Amino acid sequence: MPEIKNLSYAEAVNAALVRALDERAEVLLFGEDVALPGGVFGVTKGLRERFGERVFDTPISESAIIGGAVGAAMFGRRPIVEIMWADFFLVALDQVVNQAANVRYVSRGAVTAPITIRTQQGSAPGACAQHSQSLEAMFAHVPGLRVAMPATHQDAYDLLLAGVWCDDPVIVIENRTLYHTGRSPVGVNGAIQPAEGAAIRRSGTDVTLLTWGAMLHRALEAAELAAGRGIDAEVIDARWIRPLDLGAVLASVERTGRLVVAHEAHTTGGVGGEVLAAVAEAGVHLRSAPLRVGAPPVRIPAAPALAQAVIPNASAIADALVRSAAG
Amino acid sequence: MLRIRFFEEEVSRLRAEGSIVGSVHLCNGQEAIYAGASAALDLSRDAVFPTYRGHGWTLACGVPPYALFAELLGRQTGVNGGRGGSAYLTAPEYGMYGENSIVGAGAPIAAGAALAATFDGSGRIALAAFGDGALNQGAVHEAMNFAAVRDLPVIFLVENNHYSELTPIASMVRGDRLFKRASAYGMPGGQVDGNDPTAVRDAVARAVERARRGQGPALIEAVTQRIVGHYIGDAQHYRPPGELETALADEPISRLLATLRETIPYAELDALTERVRDEIADASALARADPPADPSTVLEHLYA
Ligand SMILES: Cc1ncc(C[n+]2csc(CCOP(=O)(O)OP(=O)(O)O)c2C)c(N)n1
Repeated sequence: MPEIKNLSYAEAVNAALVRALDERAEVLLFGEDVALPGGVFGVTKGLRERFGERVFDTPISESAIIGGAVGAAMFGRRPIVEIMWADFFLVALDQVVNQAANVRYVSRGAVTAPITIRTQQGSAPGACAQHSQSLEAMFAHVPGLRVAMPATHQDAYDLLLAGVWCDDPVIVIENRTLYHTGRSPVGVNGAIQPAEGAAIRRSGTDVTLLTWGAMLHRALEAAELAAGRGIDAEVIDARWIRPLDLGAVLASVERTGRLVVAHEAHTTGGVGGEVLAAVAEAGVHLRSAPLRVGAPPVRIPAAPALAQAVIPNASAIADALVRSAAG
Repeated sequence: MLRIRFFEEEVSRLRAEGSIVGSVHLCNGQEAIYAGASAALDLSRDAVFPTYRGHGWTLACGVPPYALFAELLGRQTGVNGGRGGSAYLTAPEYGMYGENSIVGAGAPIAAGAALAATFDGSGRIALAAFGDGALNQGAVHEAMNFAAVRDLPVIFLVENNHYSELTPIASMVRGDRLFKRASAYGMPGGQVDGNDPTAVRDAVARAVERARRGQGPALIEAVTQRIVGHYIGDAQHYRPPGELETALADEPISRLLATLRETIPYAELDALTERVRDEIADASALARADPPADPSTVLEHLYA
C-alpha cells in the first residue's frame, strides 16, 4: 500500500524526483537553476543537498541540456532534465525531434535514449506571449516520443515516475498554475505505472468530454455547470497525449454518442482535431457533431483581459456540452 | 586510408549506375583524419560522433565495408538495416555512435556521452567530429561551454576542408584559425595538418591523455581539403581555378604512398594496394547480392 502524504503539485513532483534518484543510481538531474537554487518554481528544492553531484546546474543552453541527456542516456544514465518553460524547448527542438526520437529506431534498438524532459506550460495571469504557449501537439506529432500532461497532484507524481522508468524519451508537461495551489493527499511509493492510459474523472451518460492538463479542472467545473442544465457529462483526462488512449475515448463515446474535446492549446492543428479524426475513422456513430474547444488561432496576449478572451473557460466548455447534447 | 579511398570510389561508381540513391557525401582527401584520430582512441570504450560525411569514420572505427555497402544500398544486411543510409549511420558495437546529418548536433550528444563517463568510471572519451561550417552552429558552442565548465572528457575535432557546403569558410568567419575559439571557453585548442595521419594521431592522443586525466575537453582543428564535390554530382563550379590541383598535389593518399615507397619495396606496396582494392570489390559484390531491407519491419524499434 502506498504511503499517503499531503502535498502540493510541486511537492508531488519533488517527491517523485526523490524516489527516482533514490531507487535508480543511474538517474541524473540537471537543468537551469535546478540544483543550488532548487528550481525557479521550487520544484527541485533540496535535491542537490540530498543527492550531491548527480544533481547539477547547467548553463542556459537548452541544446546542451537535451543533447547532453541523450548522450548520457546512450551510456546507461537515466537523465531527468528540466526545460524551464515549454516555450524554451523551441530553441532545442533539433535535439528532441531529430536526435532523441531517432536513436532507438535507426539503430534498431542497439542504442536508446531513455531520457525524461520535464517542462511546464499554461496560461497564468501576466505571462508574456513567449511564456504562455501550449505546445503538446508539436511533440505529440513526433513518432518516438511520449508526452505526459499531469493534471492532478497524484499524476504529477505518477506520470513523472512512469516516464523515468520508461525506456523511451518522455516529455512531461507540468502546469505552473497547479504548482502551488493547495495540497492534497498523494499516494507515494506505490507501483510504477506504465507510460500510457487515460483516466475517467467523472462518469456521465450524455456526452464525453475529453481534456488534459490544467484544463481538466475547468472541464470538471463545466461538467457541473452542464449538470445544472440537465446534461450528464463524462470527463476523461487523457493524461498521455502520446500514446493517446483512443480505446478509452471510443469506449466512452460508444456509450454517450457525443464528443467534446477541450484544451488550452490552439484548435488549429491541435490534438483535439486529431482525436476527432481518429473517432471519425473508427466509425463510431455520433448523435451530434463532435466539437473542439480551444484557443483561437492568435498569439497569446499578455494583458489578463486579453488572455481571458483567448483561453477557454468553464462556461465556454459548458456551452459546448449543451450544444453537443442538443444535437 | 586506402580502404576508405577505394570504398568511396566504389560508392561513386554505384551511385553513377543508380544502385545507391539519394545524396551521398564522399570524404576523399580527408582520410588521414579518420585513420589518425581512430588510432589514438580505444574504440572498445571510446565513442565517436562523426558528421554526415561519415563513411570514412565508420570504416576507421572498424565497421566492415560489406555491412556499410549493404547499408548504402538499402539492404536488410546493412549496419542499420537500411534505416540509417549514407548520412545517419550508427554502429555502437564499433564505438561509432552515429553520424549526424544535422550539422553540429552531435557535439552536445558527445558531451553527454562524456558526462556519463564522469559517473560510470569507464574512462571513456567522446569525440565529436564536424566541419568548419558546423563550428558556426549554436549547438556546438553550447556543447563546448558545457563540456568546459564540467571538465568533460570530450574532443571536439573540426575537419576544416575550407568549405561550408559550397561556400568558402573564409567568407563565413573572420580569421582563419578556427581553433582559437577554444580559448573563449577555457580549453586548449590547436591546429594540425589534417593530411598527415601521424600528426593527427599525435594531436588527438595528447587531447585523449589530458581528458582521461580529468582535465577536460579540447578543440582540434585538422586542416585538409576535400578533393571531390560536396556531394556526388557537385560540379564544384565555385572552386577557384588551380585550387583543386594544389589540393591533389598534397592529398593524403599520394602522400602516404610516397612515404611508404621510401621503406617498402614497390612490388610489395602494389600487392597491398591490390589486396585492398579486391577486398572492396568483393564486399560491394556481396552486398549487392543481398535482399533489400524488409518492409515488414518498418514499424519496429520505434518504442521500447
Ligand atoms: C543544421 C543544418 N543546417 C544546414 C544543413 C545543410 N548542410 C548540409 S552539409 C552543409 C555544410 C556543412 O559544412 P561543414 O560543416 O564545413 O562540413 P563539410 O561539408 O565541409 O564536411 C550544410 C550547410 C544541415 N545539414 N544541417
